[in-house]
Amino acid sequence: MSTTESTPAKIKAKLVPIYIMGKRYEVPESLTIMKAMEHAGYKFIRGCGCRGGICGACGTVYRLPGDYHIRVGLACQTVVQENMYLTQIPFFPANRAVYEMEEVAPEVSYVQKNYPELFRCVACNACTKVCPMDVPVLDYISAIKQGDFKKATELSFDCIQCGLCATRCMGEMAQYHIAQMVRRIYGMKMAPYPEHCKEMVEGIKGGKYDGFLAELKSASVDELKKLYTEREQESHMADEKWEPQEKQYL
Amino acid sequence: MPYPEALKDLMKKVEETRPARVERKQADKEFPMMSLEEREDILKFHPDYIDEGRREIKIGPNKGYKIAHEVVDMLEAKSRVEPAKVDLTKADYETDVLVIGGGGAGTSAALLAQEQGAKVIIATKLRHGDANTMMAEGGIQAATKNWKDSPYYHYLDVVGGGHFKNKPELVETLVSEAPDVIKWLVELGCNFSRFDDGTLKTLHGGGTSRKRMHFAADITGAEMMRTVRDEARNRCEDIKVLEFSPAVELILNDKGECAGALMYNMDTEEYFIIKAKAVVMATGGSGRLHVQNFMTTNHYGATGDGLVMGYRAGVGLCFLHTIQYHPTGVIFPEQAEGILITEKFRGSGANLVNIKGEQFVNEREPRDIEASAIIRECVDRGLGVPTPTGKFGVWLDSPMIDHLSGEGTVEKEFPGKFILYKRFDIDISKEPMLIYPTLHYQNGGLEFKKDGSTAVKGFFIAGEVGGGTHGENRLMGNSLLDIMVFGRIAGKNAGEFAKDRSDLGQLSLEHVDKYHKEMAEAGIETDRVAPMLLPDYTPVEIKERELTSHYVGTIR
Ligand SMILES: Cc1cc2nc3c(=O)[nH]c(=O)nc-3n(C[C@H](O)[C@H](O)[C@H](O)COP(=O)(O)OP(=O)(O)OC[C@H]3O[C@@H](n4cnc5c(N)ncnc54)[C@H](O)[C@@H]3O)c2cc1C
Ligand code: SF4
Ligand code: SF4
Ligand code: FES
Repeated sequence: MSTTESTPAKIKAKLVPIYIMGKRYEVPESLTIMKAMEHAGYKFIRGCGCRGGICGACGTVYRLPGDYHIRVGLACQTVVQENMYLTQIPFFPANRAVYEMEEVAPEVSYVQKNYPELFRCVACNACTKVCPMDVPVLDYISAIKQGDFKKATELSFDCIQCGLCATRCMGEMAQYHIAQMVRRIYGMKMAPYPEHCKEMVEGIKGGKYDGFLAELKSASVDELKKLYTEREQESHMADEKWEPQEKQYL
Repeated sequence: MPYPEALKDLMKKVEETRPARVERKQADKEFPMMSLEEREDILKFHPDYIDEGRREIKIGPNKGYKIAHEVVDMLEAKSRVEPAKVDLTKADYETDVLVIGGGGAGTSAALLAQEQGAKVIIATKLRHGDANTMMAEGGIQAATKNWKDSPYYHYLDVVGGGHFKNKPELVETLVSEAPDVIKWLVELGCNFSRFDDGTLKTLHGGGTSRKRMHFAADITGAEMMRTVRDEARNRCEDIKVLEFSPAVELILNDKGECAGALMYNMDTEEYFIIKAKAVVMATGGSGRLHVQNFMTTNHYGATGDGLVMGYRAGVGLCFLHTIQYHPTGVIFPEQAEGILITEKFRGSGANLVNIKGEQFVNEREPRDIEASAIIRECVDRGLGVPTPTGKFGVWLDSPMIDHLSGEGTVEKEFPGKFILYKRFDIDISKEPMLIYPTLHYQNGGLEFKKDGSTAVKGFFIAGEVGGGTHGENRLMGNSLLDIMVFGRIAGKNAGEFAKDRSDLGQLSLEHVDKYHKEMAEAGIETDRVAPMLLPDYTPVEIKERELTSHYVGTIR
């Protein structure tokens, strides 16, 4: 059986010094910052969520000796480096507008009304440089300003809302909240609507499938097994418009 | 950490057999699916079937039920508090509906409860959205395409995957509500991937007979989670969110009905009381219990708390004897160990191959079958690929996807995993991935009815903490669906229930006292406390020096 990550002590690797908020610890060199901090005896309450690079809880800022650059990474994804000086930024106060779905308009003016600071962007690009997900933050902010919500949605899609961009913003905005609003506006009002989904919902509500489901619910396990084994399979290579032979249960 | 030379050598075998395998796929010649008998047979390699891994629970509604030691340990543990020490006369918060857990199930429950006119509190252990929902990548099932699919086929797939043990009325609800959930999310602004005419893109998943897996690039759960969370934040007048505030015990009243919960502030280590007319438990799964020492894909807070609280209050458990191991977790590089490689890779055509470069299983079998096949290949047949740290895995041949669907597909369709491996100097559009099963999902859980209610009045269940919908095995894409379907239902019904309830009666933790007594009578002597709240990854040497860390009452 495989080991778990609950046994970091088992990893036999060279030890390297790191500085957690200024304090020196020796940790195995192959560990992520998160596991290294646990190895050092830290127990996370804040600054740790998914442990898989998607929740944005573990934004970390660090410097390396003899280098003035501020570097960032996700603690759960970034491997430690010798002599790194690090701290986590598990929380950063950010402005978020409250808005009503009913009154949402797919226009820049609507976003601006909620987030006037949008136009305080000085295009310094500090946000893009700091983003641990390589999201082009400045570019999505610019796309929003130009009213291209589709582009902004695509450019900001991988944002995990860690808040690091907001810590660096000259315009004092929380870029990720603005992007979230724009993605929802795009999805709600601008993206092409899936009519087929609505049709299916209406079919179900109209009782079209009630009888079929009742049949299955009352079927014996043997009958179910038979139906299951014999059910027609859509092939992997089939295209969108593929139709099955058996149509009576559609 | 790129692949070392030894692995690069072994990889050549995969490259040798790849053209023929790609050709087979293009010609639609699939590796044969197992018959139901073959499936039965291979399951003996599944961790669920290893008898030493489990024991009978000695107390509570399911006394005698045999499940994993790690789960029984939690159930046979003391409360974090002495009930007598808790002053139940003053409530710190009063609300109509208390939702415990801020994942997908909890958040959708909160939205629907609010729509019934309820004042809602979401109390969650970490941040709102730090949850398994956020981590789901692959997709959500729903039969939305009436020219080829219907709830009928979805039902068959669900029960086939669940070994025909699922609770029929839960499955019926699941598949009939599915398209409405997709519609609801779309209308909330959730960006599922779609064609230019609006048709939603769908793929196959393990055990599906039709392509009905809807997705949002490779971060489906995150897109769903952030959409419902954003909407909850818009309704902050009515929906209050308490973060880093887990529930540790349900509070009942003198009639044995649910009346709120005892909460814990993890920052200040204080306990406090929320009085509520209805409670929705949505605490998710338990991967961080590391059953049988398996690695896990789950988030940091997945410690099965809801099971413990519900069980102590008298709600039964079902299907907890089965746990889902996701067939494809990263086994190398070590730093990424346990991380999930979404089934979408297989849905897009990547084969599983052994050390000889041979395909040994169809990549679209249900998860338990797929996982068992991988374990058999490594443990029984000796055809696993050895990693530098002495473990074994098999190859997931991702480069096939570019051959099948065009150069650049892997990078475009799986940006998250592409970047993850890039950090280790591995290009998964050119080199296959080394994988092994990883603890993924709690198939079973607390018993509930199709309206979300339970044996305890005023107490509702939604999401992974509940059991029955998926029988003994859940298919990919049916959990994101489950949490939205039953989250909405539980929220709506909790909201309605709260409306009709005026007198909450005398608050009480007597059920906890009784539970303690029952433990003593059964001869269980332990200093374990539960719920666990967070796993402890402190190395042993450090623990030995932490002389005060055993004090009961802190999370430490
Ligand atoms: C890596 C990964 C990939 C997945 N991919 C897919 C997929 O592609 N398709 C699919 O259908 N399913 C998938 N799943 C499964 C699915 O994501 C989960 O089953 C589902 O999201 C669970 O939702 P939930 O709301 O019940 O629980 P969660 O989303 O886990 O939310 C539970 C919440 O409760 C909180 N909590 C826990 N204990 C307490 C307490 N004591 N007090 C207060 N709050 C508490 C937690 O912190 C968390 O916020 C995946 C799961 C994982 C881990
Ligand atoms: S855009 Fe900002 S909030 Fe989003 S991931 Fe990048 S730094 Fe974090
Ligand atoms: S950091 Fe702020 S001001 Fe600078 S480019 Fe980004 S959004 Fe504009
Ligand atoms: S813990 Fe979620 S991104 Fe690191």
